[in-house]
This record gives sequence, structure tokens and C-alpha cells, in this order.
Amino acid sequence: MAEPILATRGLIKRFGGLVATDQIDLDVAAGSVHALIGPNGAGKTTLIGQLSGEIRPDSGSIRLEGRDITAAPVHKRCRLGLARSFQITSIFPDFTARENVAMAVQSRLGHSFRFWRRAKSDPARTGPADALLAEVGLEDRGNMPAAALSHGEHRQLEIAMALATAPRLLLLDEPMAGMGVEESVRMVETLQRLKGRISILLVEHDMDAVFALADRITVLVYGRAIATGTPAEIRANQEVRAAYLGADEEEG
Amino acid sequence: MRVTPRLVVYGLFMLALAMVPTLAQVLAEPFLVTLFTRMIILAVAAVSLNLILGYGGMVSFGHAVYLGIGGYTVGILAEHGTTNGFVQWPLAIGISALYATVVGAICLRTRGVYFIMITLAFAQLVYFVGVGLYAYGGDDGLTIYTRSDFAGLIRMSHKPSFYYLCFAILCIEILIIHRIVHSRFGLVIRASKSNDRRANAIGIPTFRYRLAAFVIAGSFCGLAGAMLATQADYISPAVMHWTRSGDLIVSVVLGGMGSLFGPAVGTIVFLLLEEVLSSLTEYWQLVFGPMLLLLVLFAKRGIDGLLPGGDRG
Amino acid sequence: MLLLIEQSLNGLQFGLLLFLLAAGLTLVFGIMDLVNLAHGSLYMMGAYFAATFITWTDSFVLGAVLALGAAFLLGVAIELVAVRTLYARDHLDHVLATFGLLLFFNELVRLVWGPAGRTIQLPGILNTSVELLPGLSYPTYRLVVILVGGLVAFGLYWLVARTRTGMRIRAGASDREMVGALGIDIRKLYTLVFGLGAVLAALAGIMAAPITTVSIGMGERILIVAFVVIVIGGIGSIRGAFVAALMVGMIDTVGRAFLPEILRGFMSVPAANTLAPALASMLVYILMALILFLRPQGLFPARSG
Ligand SMILES: Nc1ncnc2c1ncn2[C@@H]1O[C@H](COP(=O)(O)OP(=O)(O)O)[C@@H](O)[C@H]1O
Ligand SMILES: [Mg+2]
Repeated sequence: MAEPILATRGLIKRFGGLVATDQIDLDVAAGSVHALIGPNGAGKTTLIGQLSGEIRPDSGSIRLEGRDITAAPVHKRCRLGLARSFQITSIFPDFTARENVAMAVQSRLGHSFRFWRRAKSDPARTGPADALLAEVGLEDRGNMPAAALSHGEHRQLEIAMALATAPRLLLLDEPMAGMGVEESVRMVETLQRLKGRISILLVEHDMDAVFALADRITVLVYGRAIATGTPAEIRANQEVRAAYLGADEEEG
Repeated sequence: MRVTPRLVVYGLFMLALAMVPTLAQVLAEPFLVTLFTRMIILAVAAVSLNLILGYGGMVSFGHAVYLGIGGYTVGILAEHGTTNGFVQWPLAIGISALYATVVGAICLRTRGVYFIMITLAFAQLVYFVGVGLYAYGGDDGLTIYTRSDFAGLIRMSHKPSFYYLCFAILCIEILIIHRIVHSRFGLVIRASKSNDRRANAIGIPTFRYRLAAFVIAGSFCGLAGAMLATQADYISPAVMHWTRSGDLIVSVVLGGMGSLFGPAVGTIVFLLLEEVLSSLTEYWQLVFGPMLLLLVLFAKRGIDGLLPGGDRG
Repeated sequence: MLLLIEQSLNGLQFGLLLFLLAAGLTLVFGIMDLVNLAHGSLYMMGAYFAATFITWTDSFVLGAVLALGAAFLLGVAIELVAVRTLYARDHLDHVLATFGLLLFFNELVRLVWGPAGRTIQLPGILNTSVELLPGLSYPTYRLVVILVGGLVAFGLYWLVARTRTGMRIRAGASDREMVGALGIDIRKLYTLVFGLGAVLAALAGIMAAPITTVSIGMGERILIVAFVVIVIGGIGSIRGAFVAALMVGMIDTVGRAFLPEILRGFMSVPAANTLAPALASMLVYILMALILFLRPQGLFPARSG
């Protein structure tokens, strides 16, 4: 198999006595959509946090395209091609939607020690930002304060911000949580369009979406990866059925 | 910049400031020039604080320290016979920048209430350094016998000339801050205030930009310190007392955080209020203290928030 | 050697006073998330109340107890009138509003008690010395301060760590909603905690008063040192406040006592005598900078964020 875009080995994170991620070995194949499922409290967000660099693992290693990034800070990982969306919406609420995306565009236009030129009307920022807003269906929301957008639009906006950093791998933490049916369908469409172009690690409770999108699935329970395989394999796995799929109606 | 009623108000305000020396002459009240020179200098300090407090969300409780650093630079150089302003003032800025770099690098690693208290504690540290400068007057301060001299280009001892120098510096500062907050750099600072975690997650290493803003703000305030010492021909640790840092925060909030002209207006209103209240009663802070509480509760956006029209992009 | 012992006792005594002040600050911050610049005002008000009540009652102990009661009522009143409205606000608002309170109380004291300071006379029995070691006699009053400070510190630890009330307090710190769900009236709890902080601050002010003097601004100088204490200790942590208070008290006192002598080794006597107090004042801030450089969350981080 070709080199995975992301590979973790033995990732352990403890919170006091609780082992939130326990010896996680995860390989995400380049170009694939890899879903991470598991009940609430399984450690999915903690794992994403370690991958994106906000949480330091107690031990273990993380490689992105073969390069060890275990100790790299958040912004560096982003620069190397790792972008994320947060489980709880995280945007710049007092900026416009366009400015939210433009900030992410700006981050890959080199350093920001530029003190004099007016930035808001700079086409190098706004051009790509508008294109990305259109890509996620927010083209008519550009001038609205981000705080005024709906929940579903916030999630789309986060995707646009992540895409603006030109990622090689997207980490999406429950992008459909709290969405209505229509919004969910739209998000699945958006991700479908990205599939193949960008590798995606998708944390999601919506099983229809997971089985529709994922090439491979890893099941996390109590911090352990109990199974990894194709959707068909996971569906057939007895242990998974017992531990998780049998009671998959949890929300959160 | 679109012309909004708010902008008109600020324009008139700046125009009024420009007329102060003339007005003082007409009214035959020369002390007005002295009073307003001092106000303008403190406005320079407040406008600089606004860059990090209003736009960057960094509640620095030690900003008055730079008034002392700038002032002592001028005073100590003068004491040793260096009165050339082209040496004194840039050095005042440079030393302030250096101090801001070191202290900022420590303070900005912390967040929230830690940041408030640490900047306060560092300010107290420098305050005691000032008190300990026994060779330069210690607690009693240092009298500056020879004013800074800019190769004779400006008549520094001529009060209206000095006033216009200070006024020009304020205008230039406001222009520079205006450019900064609308530049890429400024947007990073504002994004970091809005959601620092997000800013890092989209690949912006905010620490270094916040530190740079901290240094820029400190430098401008160091310049204000040089101006203040020159105006008073005197510098003492009292300008660095932590309550002076509190006054600067009050000025910024009173005028309007994150508004371009607000802090300048706030400073002048604050100092005028002090003049008026203390002429009415010896116990003016008995009134002013509760006013602060009311300001916080009912007019968080300060004077700027009370003005009509215009958004504050 | 005897001097070192004496100064260490002084350091312990100052450290315990600092702890009383810092404990209130850190409780109020840990539980209500409130930054209170006016905490030093309560220290000052305690001392002024005591000065007045001791004169009225002609009894040190009775006057002090009355002053503590008055400080509690004052604390509760401040919480009900002003502080309560601030919980939902951000830290900058806390700073501004309590800065206003501080100005108000300084001015109030000037209006009521006048600009001149007060001294508090110790009763005869306390105004003596005890011979601790041959050649080392130590003021009885300072020993009493150490004793009272130590007892209160222990009592506070017991209250927070071992009792039901303390459990509520700690629950309030970690989860406001849970406390609400437990049926505890959180508003009443907050008022009580603020009142308790006021009493602790006033107790420190009253005990310090006979040693220093009672004056306007006495609370501000020590407030900032108390800030240093809670920052070093880890904001919100009683244990951290205790350890840091003793550290700071010790370093400050011993530094003040021995720096002049040490400096005289390097420079002229008048120079050393002027420089030493300033340098001694700086020591605790240098300590803080060092500790924060190594541990930005303080020695005992009570919580993240
Ligand atoms: N900062 C933290 N401190 C302590 N415990 C935490 C922290 N973050 C998460 N946890 C705990 O770790 C476990 C995994 O949480 P999380 O990664 O959010 O799970 P998931 O995203 O799968 O629902 C949970 O039991 C949670 O309570
Ligand atoms: Mg989660």
C-alpha cells in the first residue's frame, strides 16, 4: 500500500485517571475518506485535537505524509496541509462571512507583517474567499456578519475556512451535528465533491452519511480502536455491533 | 473611509483641538494650552493602548510604564548633557520597544486574568526601579533643566509650538493606527481577539503578531512619555503608578474600545471631567468611582457607541 | 543567626497576612470568575473600622471583632449592590468597575476619617516581648498574628476541603449548573463567599494595622503583592495561594532585612541604603516573572483556561 497521508502510532492521552485515547494506530490512505465512529466520550475529539496539535499526546507519534509532526504547533500543521473543523462551531463571529474565509486565505499568502495596505479589498484575499463561499453555497452571505448565519451555514463556513488553507487532509469533527435533514444532505454533497481531491478524516454520528461517504471506517470505544475496515466489513463485525451499532441512536 | 455623522463629529473634535492655542489667546487663558498639551500627550498614550486593548483584546494593566520609560530616557540623557531630541526621543521609543519585547514575550504566553495581573506586576516592578533610581531623584523624581532640542527646528519652549508638535504627533499616530488596523497585520490582531484558537487553526501563528502589536503600542506610549517629560520638565515614578495604567484603560473604554478616535476623545473627556468634578468637590472620586461602574454597566462602547451612524469595520 | 530567625518569623507573619488577603481573592476568582481590584479596599476598611471601634469600645479584641462584623456587612452590601451585576461580564469590565470601587473607597475614607493616617495602640499584654531563645526576644503581638493567621489558614483549608459548605463552594467552582441542580441557591452562596473574602481581607488589615499604620492606599500596595501571590500559586487554588504567600512573605521580608547589608559590600553606604528597599520591593516580581516563565499557569494550576 502507498504511504498513508496520516499515520499515528501508539497515541496515548490521559486526563487524570481516564485514558481518552489508548494506543491508537491509525492510517488514513491518501485520497480517501476515513470515518471515525464511536459512542460519545469514546475519545474522537481528543484524537482530532492531538492530530491538529491543540492537545499534546502523552506518548506516541503522528506522521503527515511521512513527516513527523508530533511536536509541531497548530499553525505549523495547518501550513503542512492539515485543516480542521471544530465539533463546536468556531469562527470569527464579529467578522463577515467573507472575512472569515479571507483570513484563512491570508494565512497561506505568506507572513502577515504587512502594516500599511488595506487588506479587506485586496483581491488576493477576497478572490479565493468568494470562490470558496460559492463552493459551499454561501455566495450570497459574504457581507453578513458571521454571527448572524444559521447553524448549518456556520458548518459550511467552517468547511470553506478549512479549504481556504489548501489542505491535503481535512479533519472534520461532527460536521453534521445539530443539522436538519436538508442541511445534512447539502453537507454530504459538499463532502462528496471534495472526495478524491482531498483526504478526509470524518468524525460523524450520522451513519447514513458515514456509509455513504467513507472508504474505510475505524471504530473507537473507550479510547481504543476496536476495528478498522471497509463499510461492509464494519457492518458485519460482531464486536462492533455489540459495542456500538446496536445502540447508535445517541446524539451529540 | 465613508463620511458618516460619527466621522463628522470626530472631524470637528480634531478641528477644535487644532484651534486650542488660538482660542487660548482670544480668551486670554494661556493655561489652556498647557492643560491641552498634557491631554494630547495622554491621548497619544491612550490611542496606543487601544491598539492592543481595543483591537487586540489584550487587557494590559501596565501601559503607563512606558510613560516612565520614555520620560526617564529623556530625563537621564538630559542629566548627562545629551539634549538633542533626535537622540532622546528615538531612544525613548527604542528602549520602550525593547522592554515591550521582553515583557510581552513573557506576558503573552498567558491568557485572560493572568495576563492582566502579570502586566500589572511587571509595571509595579518597573515602578520600583524608578523609585530605586536614587542617582536620578528616586521617589522625588528628576527635574529636567534643559529641554529637548530638535536642531532648533521647533521652538520647544514656545507653548503653542510645542502644542502643535504634540498635536501633529497625535494625528500621525492616529493615521498609522488606522492603516495598521486595516492591514493584514491588523486583521490578524483582530482575528486573534475574536477567536485566537481559530486563528491558529487556520495556520496563523498569532503569538508573534500579538507580540509585535504589543511592541508597537509600547513604542508609541514611550514616545508619549518623552513628550510628557519634556512638557513638564520633570519625570517621576508617579507617572508609572499602577493607577495611571488604570486611568489609561478608563480613557480607552470611556472613548470607545476599538474605535479610531474614541480613545483620544475619551482621554480629553476624562481629564476635563476630572477638572470639572474636582473644582466642584474636593472628593471628586466619590462621584467618579460610581460613574465608572455605570459606564461599564450601561455604556460599554463608550462615547463612540453613543455617536450616531457608521459601522466600525 | 538570631537575626535570620527573627526575620524568618517576620516573613512567616507577613506571608500569613498575605495569605488571608490572597485567599479571598482566589476564592472569589475561582468560584465567581471575578477579578476584584477593590479587595484591597476591604483590607483598608477593616483597619479603619478597627481604629474607630477600638477607640469607641476601648478594647482591642472587641473593637477588632466589631470591625470584622462591619467588614462582613460591607462585603455583602458591595456584592449585592455592585459586584453581583458583574458576574456575567468579562474581565475588563471587572477591572474597570472594581477600579471605580477602589477610587470610591479611598475617597470615602478621606472624607470620613480625614487624610491623615491612624495608629492602633496595642493593649498592654500584647505590647510585650517573649524571649524565644536566649538573646532573641520577639514581640508577643507578632506571635499572636502568626498564631491567628495559621489557625485561620488551617480553618479555611478545612472548610474548603472537608465540609459540606466547602463542597458546595468547590462544586460552584467547577460546575455552576450542577450546583443549581442540587438546589443550592447559587446567588446566596456567591454573596456569602464574597462576604467571607471581605472578612479575611479585613482581618489581615486589622492585624497589620498595629504593625504598620492605617492609611489611605494601604490596601493597594499589598493588593498587588496578593495578586502576585495568587498568580504564582495558580489562580483559584487555595493551596497554591498558601504556598506562594509564604514564599513571597519570606523573600520580601528577608530581602528587606539583608539586602542593605549585602549591597554595602559593593557600594557606598548611602547608595546601598537607598537602593536596597527598591530592590527588595522588586524581588517578589522577579520571582513571579521567573516562575511564570517556567509555568505560565502558576505552581498549582486549579483549572485550565
Ligand atoms: N480537557 C479534558 N479534561 C478532562 N477530561 C477530558 C477532557 N477532554 C475530554 N475529556 C474526557 O475524555 C473522554 C473523551 O472525550 P472526547 O474526546 O470529547 O469524546 P468524543 O469526542 O468521542 O465524544 C471523555 O470521557 C471526556 O470526558
Ligand atoms: Mg466529540
